Amino acid sequence: MNSNDLFVRLAPWIYTVVMFLLWEAAVWLFNIPPFFLPPPTAIARAFVDFWGPIYRHSLYTLSTTMIGFGMAVGFGLLLGLLVGWSRSIYAGLYPLMIGFNAIPKVAVVPILVLWFGIGFVPAVLTAFLISFFPIVVNVATGLATIEPELEDVLKALGASKLDIMRKVGIPRTLPYFFGSLKVAITLAFVGSVISESIASNYGIGTLMLQAQAQFQVPLIFAGLIALAFEGIVMYWAMAVLEARMTGWAQRSGFAQA
Amino acid sequence: MVSAFVALDGVSHAYGARGGSGGTLAVDGLTISVNVGEFCAVVGPSGCGKSTLMKLATGLQFPFKGTVRIAGQVISQPVKIAGMAFQAPTLLPWRTTLDNLLLPLEIVEPHRSEIRRRKADYVARAEQLLTSVGLQGQGSKFPWELSGGMQQRTSLCRALIHEPQLLMLDEPFAALDAFTREELWCVIRDLHAARKITVILVTHDLREAVFLADRVFVMSARPGRVLVERPIELPRPRDLDVTFTPGFQDIVSELRSHIVRARQ
Repeated sequence: MNSNDLFVRLAPWIYTVVMFLLWEAAVWLFNIPPFFLPPPTAIARAFVDFWGPIYRHSLYTLSTTMIGFGMAVGFGLLLGLLVGWSRSIYAGLYPLMIGFNAIPKVAVVPILVLWFGIGFVPAVLTAFLISFFPIVVNVATGLATIEPELEDVLKALGASKLDIMRKVGIPRTLPYFFGSLKVAITLAFVGSVISESIASNYGIGTLMLQAQAQFQVPLIFAGLIALAFEGIVMYWAMAVLEARMTGWAQRSGFAQA
Repeated sequence: MVSAFVALDGVSHAYGARGGSGGTLAVDGLTISVNVGEFCAVVGPSGCGKSTLMKLATGLQFPFKGTVRIAGQVISQPVKIAGMAFQAPTLLPWRTTLDNLLLPLEIVEPHRSEIRRRKADYVARAEQLLTSVGLQGQGSKFPWELSGGMQQRTSLCRALIHEPQLLMLDEPFAALDAFTREELWCVIRDLHAARKITVILVTHDLREAVFLADRVFVMSARPGRVLVERPIELPRPRDLDVTFTPGFQDIVSELRSHIVRARQ
């Protein structure tokens, strides 16, 4: 390993540390009051003081997010295959899906609360509703971009549509699918936290709302950092999954320079 | 008289207006017949409907006028006996070269139902085919690890693995450099001689057409139909050197003048 490789491996840590150092310095330098923007040291302090609640609420948010995300993966994959399968289903469903996706999910939460009460279910459903769309679009795109020549080769062998789907469509869609999971997982966190901040007694969203009511600004930021951390870990998990499942699609040296 | 294996009779086909005569005519009154075991080449100005001819002859498209017969049968669905290769190798990047070759066997009966049981036989057959095109030992590589010429050889093997009666080639060598192209001419020439399959080759390259084919069809500008049918009587087996003989050159320049006229 040469020094350049080493730097690339350390870069995420270096950049993160530098960002926090700049933040800390800016707070001291410009004399920003801690109730406006707390310095990272104060946030770290809040982490120590409130570790128990932060840990519990983080786990709760993680569980609602992952259940919602899991539903989105299943439903998104199925709907994507369906939409990619037939032009008429595509033509019929696509405007509906775009319209649905354009609705701010924060506006849907009250309806979900009306149906299911506050707490767990609305958070899961909001995470689900916000994150399935990119999965559908990507799976459908993967299917829609099968090379026509390849389709001809298979049809001239007497392949049925299901054959083409199984042998070509689904494998070539996998990179799109796993790529979309990285987008979907971060969106799922947005969904569950929105729901928790509006209508829940648990979760990071609730914790931050309570901290706000008590004017504990460092705790609000601690909640944000905890969320960001969970988001990074899950994104990384999806990226690893992607690399393992579709290594054949990632051989470009484009970003390696 | 030898029976026609592939016969297009007064075929017209249009794109656009849902197969009706309202769309742009791709071919109009096209009549071609290819005998069993014959090697035919189709040349013509670009956009003359050569690729349409390929699709019609394999049942991927249906004409709104005229009939397409294969082995005496009017075709109403994609044929199941054709192997195809195109300018792009269209290999599956997630499969190794060997697994790419096995793909047709996973689809065509009777192999489809036997591939689990006779996997070893089929792998041996694929490896033998790879050897015959000079790719021995490359089966475990992925397509992107092969050069363009090697990918195209693989694509040819894939078109032949299920021992089709009809091989359709749509400018399969157009993207290759001149030396690789001539090498693959010889590969195709030998495969055709060894297997006695019927081949229809669509190409822009007149030397390629004359070197490989028993008969060359010259098509008109769009809407395409056959202007000239030129038997190539050069004796077989043909060596690459034949392409430098005056007789060969004469045929090429004769075909060339037909196409120049067709472009006007």
